[in-house]
Amino acid sequence: MTATLDRPTAAATGSVVGAWRAVWLRVEGRWTWYRRHWTASLLASGLQPVLFLAAMGIGFGSQVRPGPLTDGVPYLAYVAPTILVSGLITVGVTEAGLPVLSGFKWKQDYWAVASSPVSSGQLFGAELVWIALRLTFGAAVYLVVAAVAGGWTSAGALLVPPIAILAGVACAAPVMAFAATTKGDGHVFAAVNRFVVMPMTLFAGTFFPVERLPLPVRPLAWISPLWHGNELVRGAALGGLRWWPALGHLAVLVALLVVGIALGRRAFQRRLVV
Amino acid sequence: MRSDEAIISGTGLVKRFADFEAVRGIDFQVRRGEAFGFLGPNGAGKSSTMRMVSCMSPRSGGELRVLGMDPDRKGPAIRARIGVVPQQDNLDLELTVRQNLQVYGRYFGLTRKEVRAKAVELMEFARLTDRADHDVQPLSGGMKRRLTIARALVNDPEVLLLDEPTTGLDPQARHLLWEKLFQLKQRGVTLIITTHYMDEAEQLCDRLVVMDGGKIVAEGSPAELITRYATREVLELRFPPGDQHAAVDKVRDLAERVEVLPDRLLLYTEDGDAATTRAHDRGVRPISTLVRRSSLEDVFLRLTGRTLVD
Repeated sequence: MTATLDRPTAAATGSVVGAWRAVWLRVEGRWTWYRRHWTASLLASGLQPVLFLAAMGIGFGSQVRPGPLTDGVPYLAYVAPTILVSGLITVGVTEAGLPVLSGFKWKQDYWAVASSPVSSGQLFGAELVWIALRLTFGAAVYLVVAAVAGGWTSAGALLVPPIAILAGVACAAPVMAFAATTKGDGHVFAAVNRFVVMPMTLFAGTFFPVERLPLPVRPLAWISPLWHGNELVRGAALGGLRWWPALGHLAVLVALLVVGIALGRRAFQRRLVV
Repeated sequence: MRSDEAIISGTGLVKRFADFEAVRGIDFQVRRGEAFGFLGPNGAGKSSTMRMVSCMSPRSGGELRVLGMDPDRKGPAIRARIGVVPQQDNLDLELTVRQNLQVYGRYFGLTRKEVRAKAVELMEFARLTDRADHDVQPLSGGMKRRLTIARALVNDPEVLLLDEPTTGLDPQARHLLWEKLFQLKQRGVTLIITTHYMDEAEQLCDRLVVMDGGKIVAEGSPAELITRYATREVLELRFPPGDQHAAVDKVRDLAERVEVLPDRLLLYTEDGDAATTRAHDRGVRPISTLVRRSSLEDVFLRLTGRTLVD
């Protein structure tokens, strides 16, 4: 037996680390897991938007002539920015749903963290940062692939990934809060995907302007976070983004993120500290 | 520090969930270095008490001090110095044995170098060295349990809390685990154990409290409790279910106390063999007889009128 276990346990070696360090240590733990299992989730986090770009931007886009509907640019350039936003929102919401519920319910690793000095709020923060990192990776891959495919027409394209990541994380945070309050088996997340994420993907301006929607349903697009993200990235990539609308769209996404973080921290605390 | 100081103390401790009171005002003190048990059936409030002590569950009333601190205000600081083994293993099944220890150790502020060394040491302790870089998923129940305990030791805790440590394990795995816990106790780790197994409490605990319905109904060392609440020996007379009632009157005066169970009578007496002979002389013909020493099971039966398991 080695020395440390043999010495009388007069003092424990554990200590409380600072909040940001605690978040980071948990992210590090996730990274340990990811290194072992990255292949399984590559399709979801890294490649999904790229596949959409290939199918819709390049494949379907080859049949679309540039015109007023596409702001005069090739369809690939029209959808390259928005497909990333929609893709990252989908990934973010997916990662914030079942995997988070599993942390409480099946995998139960959140309970293990809760018995360490890391607090429930720090755990929530770490899970959100982890999702943000996954989205960043996906965005980086996408940025390169879309560039090779000719999807970017200006340096404004460099603004697309950060905006898309913000939109993804802003949607993930409230879903994490919702997941932390979910008691059931998580079927509800299939419904979230079917009735919220999927319609949003199809109709919130990713593939065609929302002005083509019938007037009565247009407000549904306007309240979706995806539309705000789409307006921002398309404006940034294709030009024509004006300050005030841009700030408005940005404010919506930031507000969603802030509210999501507040709700998420509370929901994690309520679930773990009972 | 004095060795007899209370490392944990609860006074009038209460835990309420909505309209259900799981812990109903309990007083207890745990001294540094001892093995302290909460014994009781499922639903007695043991786990709720453990969760409060491990600073994962705020108390609803009363006072609680762990390592001299208030869990409500110093939760993380206390958790940094204790180890928690939950009732259900919550290992990361998709990581290796080694990674489980290393990742968890980091949450306690240990450096990478420290957790690497600690993991090697703990795997040896838990006899898992040859599984070091295997996934946790396929390990046996006993191995997972030992890994969960090893993980709880990653910060060299002063107090180790074990909630039902051997439930669901086969006898061999249980004995190995008891041996490990005994080693820890010898090193000065304070152990707090909940269990509904008599033999476990008798094996491991210096002192214990018996809980029932959210309250403490008795407190003492296993030997003290047995002396106080039971006789030295017990004579068990086993009958076909239902037939035991007819024999009650014939044997009542042969023992200090007679308990009637669904399939047998328990006669509490100082001399079981003598009582056996006299019962036979009076024409009592059970299917089988057994003379044994009194156990905590008998204490519990006496205190609550019920058996512990089932």
